[in-house]
Amino acid sequence: MNLRRVRAVARKELLDLRRNGNVVSAMAILPAVFVVEPLIQAFTLTSRAALALHHDHVLLYLLAVPSLVPATLASYTVVGERTQGTLEPLLSAPVRRDELVLGKALAVLVPSVLVSYLLFGLYLTVVELFAKPQVVSTVVQAPDVAVQLVFTPLLVAWSTWVGMAISARAKDLRAASQLAIVASLPTVAVTLLVAFAIVPSGLKVALGFGIGLFVLDRVGWRVVTGLLDPERLVTGIR
Amino acid sequence: MPAGGRAEATQRAGAGQAAAVATSALTKRFGDRVAYEEVTLEVHEGEVFGLLGPNGAGKTTLVRTLTTLVAPSAGHATVAGLAVTEANALAIRKRVGVMPETPGLYLRLSVEDNLRCFAELRELPDAAAEVRRVLEVVGMTGRARDPCGALSKGLRQRVSLARALLGSPSVLFLDEPTSGLDPGATREVLALVDELRQGGATVVLTTHRLEEAERLCDRVAILATRLRRVGRPGELRRRLFGAALTLRTAGPLADPGALLGGVPGVQRWRASAPSTYHLEVDDPRHAAPALVRALVAAGADVLELTEERHSLEDVYLQLVSKEDARR
Repeated sequence: MNLRRVRAVARKELLDLRRNGNVVSAMAILPAVFVVEPLIQAFTLTSRAALALHHDHVLLYLLAVPSLVPATLASYTVVGERTQGTLEPLLSAPVRRDELVLGKALAVLVPSVLVSYLLFGLYLTVVELFAKPQVVSTVVQAPDVAVQLVFTPLLVAWSTWVGMAISARAKDLRAASQLAIVASLPTVAVTLLVAFAIVPSGLKVALGFGIGLFVLDRVGWRVVTGLLDPERLVTGIR
Repeated sequence: MPAGGRAEATQRAGAGQAAAVATSALTKRFGDRVAYEEVTLEVHEGEVFGLLGPNGAGKTTLVRTLTTLVAPSAGHATVAGLAVTEANALAIRKRVGVMPETPGLYLRLSVEDNLRCFAELRELPDAAAEVRRVLEVVGMTGRARDPCGALSKGLRQRVSLARALLGSPSVLFLDEPTSGLDPGATREVLALVDELRQGGATVVLTTHRLEEAERLCDRVAILATRLRRVGRPGELRRRLFGAALTLRTAGPLADPGALLGGVPGVQRWRASAPSTYHLEVDDPRHAAPALVRALVAAGADVLELTEERHSLEDVYLQLVSKEDARR
């Protein structure tokens, strides 16, 4: 693994991303919706209702954000290059497949993690500063904050691999983007089930999910590397 | 290109030179469809080699095989001294430069950023300096900061060529470098390729513009799924059409059979018009002076004596139409 080549791919992807207004806005709008709704909830919740929610993990609702943010970006990585004709020169360059995949994944992962943490931090700050004390103690629980911090990169990575796998197989950019969002919904559903205490939570469950996601992320890298078959991608046949 | 340069390049392409690219019975099939088959050829170091053929002849797929994007179904090949295998893919890509048919530039990025990325992928010690160098080669130094999306098609082709030149690769593959360009832009790109050949670069050029191949290539291969012929354009012309002279006189010759048939080196002759004669000869350099002497001695008034020139297009059409007839 050559880190210089990985960095070169990631740098190029990030530069291109920064100048692609459509992708950036698509990346920002959907997660913002997921933050606005809980903010409204936090400010309209009465102290008594907040007390009733004390055993829920309301904060984990925000784990939907890292599940959704990378979807659009990741879905663009391969099919986007293919449709704009830049994939062949890139695949002809002296870069290994796993390096190419990692460089592209990092360019999705880093901004997605940053956006997720930013939105989470924004939510916590607003709630801490302006919500009723009873609501703050219900919503902001230390273990949930820790889960949020640890699971954000794991979920981002998982959604990235799923989005990239779809992108490597897709022939149409729009279809890839929609499929990637649909594919991230099961992850969103699981986080919601935990947030609303339908799936029991606890240290063991968190560890189980964490290890499971970590393993899936490693497998995802390999799978996407396998899917980046130059012959199929440049000829459309195989 | 100066005549000396061309002669030098032709000499360099001669026997005994190391092969920059060699293929042996190379074949690629996609299921039942044959992209190309049984292709055996050699491209010598310092040679500009043209791959000619109609659309769908397998030229681009052959280039993609040689640049390790597409795996061959049978046969073998070496590029820059390395066997074309999955294991050697990275090493081969480091030694070759590829200019695909479409420039494939990141249109939102500047020219410099586009090239910088590929220079980094080649692990060049001073990527910035190398980017400056190739921009100078293609005459784009002043446009380094421009977004590629703001460039004309011709300028994008130049950037694509600059990208292929990064790291001074041993072999350059140029796939239809003038495709879709207007005559002005075509001339500019061809002038750049001409400069490369003068500099001694090994270039494999695919095209279906025959005048381009005739002007630039030391040797050409005509590919129509199978390899039809390989050789210097002049050789191919001679092999297919032989050498011939056209003679025009002020009036019909009194006894053309005795006069023309008696000239050494003239194989056959026929009158193509009342005072115009077509002569098949062994070697025009010897036959023409002998013919002029004989005509003057016979008192004939010569208006014109020219060597018949068949273009590479004639060669190409002859070979490709033969193949069509066979099908």
